[in-house]
Amino acid sequence: MTATTRSGRAPAGAAPGRAGRRGVLVLGGAVLALTLAALAGVWVGALPLPPGAVVATLLDRALGPLGVEVDGGLDATGAAVLLQLRLPRVVLAALVGAGLAVAGAAYQGVFRNPLADPYLLGAAAGAGLGATLVIAYAPGASLGPVGVVPLAAFVGALVGVGAALALGTAAGGSHSATLLLAGVAVASFLAAAQTLVQQQNTDDLREVYGWLLGQLGRAQWSDVVLVLPYLGPACLVLLVCGRALDVLAVGDDEAGSLGVLPGRLRLLVLLAASLATASAVAVSGLIGFVGLVVPHIVRRLVGGSYARVLPVALVTGGAFLVLADLVARVVLAPAELPIGVVTAFIGAPFFAGLLWLGARRR
Amino acid sequence: MTGRSTPPATGGARVEVVGLSAAYGRTPVLEEVRLTVEPGGWTAVIGPNGSGKSTLLRSVLGFHRHEGLVRIDGVPTTGMPRRERARHLAYAPQRPVVPDGVTTGEYVILGRTPHRSLLAAPRSVDRRVVAEVMERLELTGLTDRLLSTLSGGEQQRAVLARALAQQPRVLLLDEPTAALDLGHAQQVLDLVDLLRRQDGLTVLSTLHDLSLAGQYADRLAMLSRGRVVAEGRPAEVLTAPALQAHYGARAQVVPGPHGPAVLPLRAPG
Repeated sequence: MTATTRSGRAPAGAAPGRAGRRGVLVLGGAVLALTLAALAGVWVGALPLPPGAVVATLLDRALGPLGVEVDGGLDATGAAVLLQLRLPRVVLAALVGAGLAVAGAAYQGVFRNPLADPYLLGAAAGAGLGATLVIAYAPGASLGPVGVVPLAAFVGALVGVGAALALGTAAGGSHSATLLLAGVAVASFLAAAQTLVQQQNTDDLREVYGWLLGQLGRAQWSDVVLVLPYLGPACLVLLVCGRALDVLAVGDDEAGSLGVLPGRLRLLVLLAASLATASAVAVSGLIGFVGLVVPHIVRRLVGGSYARVLPVALVTGGAFLVLADLVARVVLAPAELPIGVVTAFIGAPFFAGLLWLGARRR
Repeated sequence: MTGRSTPPATGGARVEVVGLSAAYGRTPVLEEVRLTVEPGGWTAVIGPNGSGKSTLLRSVLGFHRHEGLVRIDGVPTTGMPRRERARHLAYAPQRPVVPDGVTTGEYVILGRTPHRSLLAAPRSVDRRVVAEVMERLELTGLTDRLLSTLSGGEQQRAVLARALAQQPRVLLLDEPTAALDLGHAQQVLDLVDLLRRQDGLTVLSTLHDLSLAGQYADRLAMLSRGRVVAEGRPAEVLTAPALQAHYGARAQVVPGPHGPAVLPLRAPG
């Protein structure tokens, strides 16, 4: 026992070591990227808001109650644009991106499948059906400040995942293959129902389609308020489960022999990830690619340990979607592209390039 | 939630399997299996394909529903919390899952799971145990290498290291040499034998290679159709009539310096 300590290899040589330090470094980089993306996100637009003035305005607002005044802020119009339009949009984009990316990484961990994404178990199809039903049969309805479409999408996503989990658990316990198949069955059924409703109401096709492709154009603080109570705790649970997911990665039997209950862990992670997905989908529609690509990129940077992948994916996903939304606003200004189109347009080539580079390195 | 800081394994435990029966659906796989492994002993479970060897190990670990009892130093494992069981029993499966993008060091430290909280970073005691185990198994130089890039023999050593980092009292090894050529198989079994002698660990393994089983284990249990048909020292269990009866095999049993070896014979004519 003392021999190893004396040999100078030292405890530090074992375990995460180098990879861990790299993870911290990458996480720092991701936070920086998110900050810069957010500043760019509020800067660019029909009325440019320079970062210096933006920071001064925000500081002034934040410190105002303490009696501190910060000069050099925006004028009244600028401040209104910042606080009522740009800021809620950037914040919402960051939240949605963070939620989708961390949920995607968690799904991939639970299913030990790099192709899993947060829409796998019927969340997307359920949300699509919910939104389509409301757009077709109860357009313009609202509950207080919140439109009914997000609520219907949220409920639809949870119903979809709930049905898949119930079906899968009833059919074969907690085995991941059974869950996947149940998810496929539920998703196809809900998608078929959605198509049926859509075909019956072709007048609303455009609006339904716009929703399906994802949009943040109507982002308001009320959306942030709607999302945060679900997204926040769900992401927290996922981050806490990172080390347990690392144990699950070595297989159910071995995880069991290490004292982890694989079935229970899988269910907890799936529920949290699905809650995060449902709340993200509710306010933004179906934004593809984030949940798949961001975890992959992160894994290439920090390795396969979920204890590192999950937090870095959370921040990187936020930064990625803020940038994608910026592009969506700018490219065809004053018109806007659906953000789902942008994520796929940026994401797919970027991803292909990464794969190509990775293949060449081998 | 944090495991009490268990002292390093103080020798092996006695493993008793009493009246263990298990089934897949309605097909019985194990019937009334009775088996005792003395502390520090090595029992290899042998038997033809489908005789229930792996199911026996998985039942001892509590992964497979079964009737009957498993006792560790007299304490039944039924109702024992998972984490506590994991501090007694370590398991290396026949085909270990090699997670992507995980380094050898990260893999081995998973063995500390039953002793630490999964909510916090590994403590210094965890890192120390892992460093010691990896030094012992000559894996220190591979700490930062991806597990998936190691050779089959190195991976098997990493799996053993992970099991040892658990500081268990019993090692359950399911075909530890299945994926290895003869030389690497001998290296791994030599290593298991060394660990057993140095730490007094109890070993319960399955081994389909009868000659290796006869050389390394101090007791053999032959399973056939879910029942223990012979149990005892290798020379008592490995007999030509038994191999004929339960394997349908023609073979000659050759005595060796450390136990019998089995020489298969081709059909006459």
